[in-house]
Amino acid sequence: MSPIEQDIVDEFDLFDDWMAKYDHLIALGKDLPQMDPAHKTEDNLIRGCQSKVWLYAECPNGLLHFTADSDAIITRGMVALLLRVVQNRPAEEVAREPFAFLNAIGLTSHLSPTRANGLASMVKQIKFYALAYAANT
Amino acid sequence: MEPRNLLPSSLLDEFPILKQTINGRPLVYLDNAATVQKPLCVLDAVDHYYRTDNANVHRGVHTLSQRATDSFEAAREQLRMHLNAAHTHEILWTRGTTEGVNLVAHGFRTLLQPGDALVISTLEHHSNLVPWQMLAQATGAELRFIPLLDDGSLDQDAYASLLDRRVKLVAFNHISNALGTVNPVRDMTAQAHAVGAAVFVDGAQAVPHSTVDVQELDVDFYAFSGHKMYGPTGMGVLYGKTEWLERLPPFMGGGEMIDQVRLEGSTYAGLPFKFEAGTPHIAGAIGLAEASRWMHRVGLERIARHEDELLRYATAKLQSVDGIRFYGTAAHKAAVISFNLDGAHPYDVGMLLDQMGIAVRTGQHCTQPIMDRYGIPGTVRASLAAYTTVEDLDALVDGVQKAARMLL
Repeated sequence: MSPIEQDIVDEFDLFDDWMAKYDHLIALGKDLPQMDPAHKTEDNLIRGCQSKVWLYAECPNGLLHFTADSDAIITRGMVALLLRVVQNRPAEEVAREPFAFLNAIGLTSHLSPTRANGLASMVKQIKFYALAYAANT
Repeated sequence: MEPRNLLPSSLLDEFPILKQTINGRPLVYLDNAATVQKPLCVLDAVDHYYRTDNANVHRGVHTLSQRATDSFEAAREQLRMHLNAAHTHEILWTRGTTEGVNLVAHGFRTLLQPGDALVISTLEHHSNLVPWQMLAQATGAELRFIPLLDDGSLDQDAYASLLDRRVKLVAFNHISNALGTVNPVRDMTAQAHAVGAAVFVDGAQAVPHSTVDVQELDVDFYAFSGHKMYGPTGMGVLYGKTEWLERLPPFMGGGEMIDQVRLEGSTYAGLPFKFEAGTPHIAGAIGLAEASRWMHRVGLERIARHEDELLRYATAKLQSVDGIRFYGTAAHKAAVISFNLDGAHPYDVGMLLDQMGIAVRTGQHCTQPIMDRYGIPGTVRASLAAYTTVEDLDALVDGVQKAARMLL
């Protein structure tokens, strides 16, 4: 696990009940930087079943930079966690990222493709961007 | 208002699945409009069939096959009684409501031509919309839509103005799965009949909650799913008036539905078998009949009164939550509370409730046009059943209050 992921795990270890955990996730969601509205397009929309997620990536100087948004705050919190792990890293590294922290903080159950929140689709889309940029550099 | 459980809490003993914890909390199951839990007697009936009577129906001369056939056809008679249909052969087994809609929509391909029209309500589950769109596409018939008023009831003035001699079929639900609106089926049916149109009613949400008498309603078709009325999944009923079922061609070809088969062509069996190709879901029919008997033992009217009382109680109590907004406030509604918290996505509310062991449905409820009508991504929907208690609804209100504090 990367140091950033370890930080996330330690952060979540501080909370002993689900409410505090979700409060934190909600706070992270509120703090996620606003996405440029110009990038909130139909093309950048990941269709989860229920909440909408927009994801956009650029790769200046060989490092990936993501911006994202969601209409649901808990989903925004999950996006914020994912982006913390992959932000400003080389594309080929991100393409191989296993996101081990999700299991450690008890969010793996949200990764199943049958869950309606689209977390699995977000991970897939992040890797898709990473692979595309890795192939171009 | 003083809360009352009109049904005894001993009813819960018949539903072992409800006695479990989810995320460390006792399960509060309020997703009954999606599917209800099954009482022990239904589980036992299915189990007993497979343990003692399992054989293919209608063809065997051996004793097991006779027993299976007797139970299977007795199940059909039980469902005829449940709906007060005039004839047992008017009860067709299907996989569920969706198959019932598709069977009728497919049959009407032979009866429609360009220039004809279909009137569909905008309060429908996708399953009572998409098959009619396909029918319109295949035949060139025109689709006309009954609009929705703000309170979630159908605009009856608009409905009357949509009806004319070109309309061949009208389709709408008895009770809306998304909003709980109860539609005036008898009145709408009489108006459709006055212009010569057939009436198809999706009864998926009505059969679990109330007494349905198809002769009194005078509908031509009435479809529902077994799993929403305490029976097994994969089993449903399509009621059709004899004269309509005789006019419609078979939906699927195969065994069981034929009279004589030659290589050049076949003649079809009579009703109801013309529409039941292949080995049927025998255990499903037996389980569904037991579910029907269970509902009668508990009392259809008692179930309806119990749920109405709880619906009023929960709606009144939820009003105390800051920022709550209800969808579907028609005077006549049943068993469903659809709402949002201002400023919160329904998905967020549903996620937090799940953490508290409370199962509700969030999202569009397969009714995207209704959500578009209100300009919302979806709602949180709590839906009731006979085993729902005042305590369940108190837990819901507490949970929604907690979610509101966390999200807003």
